[in-house]
Amino acid sequence: MNKVLSIFIFIIISSVSNLALAGDDGKIKVNGKNNNGYIEVRDCFEKVNRGIFGFNQVLDKIIFKPLAKGYRIFPQPIRSGTSNALSNLGNVVTIPNNILQGQFKDAGVNSARFAINTTLGIAGIFDVASYYGLKKRDKEDYGQTFGVWGMGPGCYFVLPVLGPTTVRDSIGSVVNIIGGDAWYNVTVINDTKYFSEADYYASRLLSGVDFRAKNLESFNSLENNSVDLYASVRSLYLQDRYRKIRNIDKTTDTLSDDDWEELDTQ
Amino acid sequence: MKLPKYLIIFLFLTNISNVSFAKDPSALINEIVDEAASVLSSEDPVESKIIKLNDIAERSVDINGIGMYTLGKFRKSINEEQKSKYQKLFRSYFLKSFSSRLVDYTNPRINVVSQKKINEKYTIVNSVLEATSKRPKVKIDWRIYTKNPDRPLIRDLIVEGLSLARTQKEEFYSIIQNNDGDINALFKTLEEFLIK
Repeated sequence: MNKVLSIFIFIIISSVSNLALAGDDGKIKVNGKNNNGYIEVRDCFEKVNRGIFGFNQVLDKIIFKPLAKGYRIFPQPIRSGTSNALSNLGNVVTIPNNILQGQFKDAGVNSARFAINTTLGIAGIFDVASYYGLKKRDKEDYGQTFGVWGMGPGCYFVLPVLGPTTVRDSIGSVVNIIGGDAWYNVTVINDTKYFSEADYYASRLLSGVDFRAKNLESFNSLENNSVDLYASVRSLYLQDRYRKIRNIDKTTDTLSDDDWEELDTQ
Repeated sequence: MKLPKYLIIFLFLTNISNVSFAKDPSALINEIVDEAASVLSSEDPVESKIIKLNDIAERSVDINGIGMYTLGKFRKSINEEQKSKYQKLFRSYFLKSFSSRLVDYTNPRINVVSQKKINEKYTIVNSVLEATSKRPKVKIDWRIYTKNPDRPLIRDLIVEGLSLARTQKEEFYSIIQNNDGDINALFKTLEEFLIK
């Protein structure tokens, strides 16, 4: 029973961090090599998804947004330190995914960053590694690794609390709880005398609140100016996942779209 | 001998005229960012700021081009009357949404970092919105339409790799698609947004 409860709580709390990622992925058509430059992502249960999305919006209004606003009251150095520590913790998922995706140099840099920041940087609060020239790399997760290996996204759907995802990204999240996340392993599975389950869930919650706090204004702007907020969030989520899976840094790759070439107004 | 001489003079003059009229896309961004920053940091009332920001957008953004892009495949199936109605509605929608997004910023600091020409029609200008105590640094790229190099126009803003025009396009697509392909549903939604 405890296990079921743990999984339930995990899903609820990781949804918070997915909310953070809701700046994340995007919509129905994401640029790709297939089907005339597009990969079709089906929104299989749109009506249900819209209902869950509405529910998440209410949760956001009454829980996450007020928490994020409260978090903003803390001085900038405290918020930066928290953000650094959480990002440092994320390396335990990023490093194995760097290796699985063949990014050995990134795996080396992230490992060195993790070692330096966890020790000299006092549990990752200070980014000492950047001072030594080891700049922060992009985060990687198991959903991205599956994408790199050629797995399609499958249906797009929305989870209660967790927010937007695809079948592939959900499978990626499951890998975390079956041994793919060292932080989850030491806190929840092995429950050592140093860490407890609460540490894990607190870190996930904090991660979501930290993300929400950084994006308060952009979320407000999106909400106020969108004529179909659900569709906007879906588009942003899928665009972001596409970009992350292909590790695209170049804007031009993200944006190639035949429609732009067709349109002449001058 | 005379012919090469005239040819050289001709080429030289043509070159000069090109240089003097073509506008660098990065210069366009620097110019409008400075202009917008001066409006936003002024003591003017909000209404006056909105009018000034809209004026900047009308001069530097290809609103009709973005409007047609965001209509996606439906732009090929609408008639002239619908097209004209859509363009009018989209212009008002765009300006309202543009100014309301910006007016909350008091003094945004955007620095142009680099630019890359994709083809004759497009150049991407890369810039950074500097961090404040409230939010981290944000990468903003601008898709500039350069078919007429004398008058480059902005067609898209890409914030941290996410295209605003594409997001808008998919939003409009969703509205039309969920109403059995009826473009009037989009018109109605836009009209409702405008009177909000």
